[in-house]
Amino acid sequence: MSTVTSSADKSIVEPLADEPMHHARNNDAHHDAHAHSSPTPIGFWIYLMSDCIIFGALFATYAVLGGNYAGGPAPKDLFEPGFVAIETALLLFSSITFGLAMLRADKDDRDGVLKWLAVTAVFGAGFIAMEIYEFNHLIHIGAGPDRSAFLSSFFALVGTHGLHVTGGLIWLVTLMVQIRMHGLIGENMRRLGTLSMFWHFLDLVWIGVFSFVYLVRLI
Amino acid sequence: MSAHSHSESHGHGTMGQLMIGFALAAILTIIPFFLVMVDTGLSRTALVGIIMGLGAVQIIVHLVYFLHLNSSSEEGWTLLASVFSVVILVIVLAGSLWVMHNMNENMMPMPDMDRHMEQMRSLQSQQG
Repeated sequence: MSTVTSSADKSIVEPLADEPMHHARNNDAHHDAHAHSSPTPIGFWIYLMSDCIIFGALFATYAVLGGNYAGGPAPKDLFEPGFVAIETALLLFSSITFGLAMLRADKDDRDGVLKWLAVTAVFGAGFIAMEIYEFNHLIHIGAGPDRSAFLSSFFALVGTHGLHVTGGLIWLVTLMVQIRMHGLIGENMRRLGTLSMFWHFLDLVWIGVFSFVYLVRLI
Repeated sequence: MSAHSHSESHGHGTMGQLMIGFALAAILTIIPFFLVMVDTGLSRTALVGIIMGLGAVQIIVHLVYFLHLNSSSEEGWTLLASVFSVVILVIVLAGSLWVMHNMNENMMPMPDMDRHMEQMRSLQSQQG
């Protein structure tokens, strides 16, 4: 009885235990490709959901404190819808160009992937540059995070998103170097897939930011 | 072959999906910005409702067309994890607003606090 169980266990455990990144490639039997695929995407998705809850807490903070100006500037004095629109466009375009990079990756076109990733990095860097300019401007005119509860929660939420995008940019550049060095091998495809999820997720969080943090407060 | 099986197991979508997602996201982004930047004569409540509603729809568009969330990927576990985090988010957001609103209602009345502070500031600036 025990031998039966252990051999059954073995057949389940073994394919997962030996170097998960090679699975997708070694899989000749197409019908069970699903059961043997890498555990990375679902694990990374759960990380993203936990990140989602961090942002949820920051959104809740902004929702609660967003009206406490302490006699200081209100959103209408500080936010410029045109400026936010350009930031939004940059992030949306970067999402699309990342999608195009993923489509090139599916076609095994290394140079195409690198080209679209470079375009994505330019859009992302443009977004970060605009955000740094905005924060610098706000602090300069005396509307820094220490001015009021509204501005504290604003800087915490938008700053956390900006840090995520900065982290994504560093990851993106690192991955471009990896792809240039090693090509579209299984490991790089896995990294590309997870970064794609991360990047689209940041664009998704930005929808909440531009709607709830900026636009609703400008009416 | 490797790229092929990869795309099948994780689903990076197609050009068509990406372009549909882009078109929908662009429309759902332009409308709220248009409503804020152009005076439409709609009431404040209506505008807030429309902007938040369009934001929610755009989040779903991004989930479906860019993040390829569906009930079949990873045997439904991604969808389950997402539904779980949405439940947590609703509890955190609605709970915070409810509790803090309740607390503000029951606070000692301080109706002129903002005005007081402004007066103090103007006095300070006159003196200094």
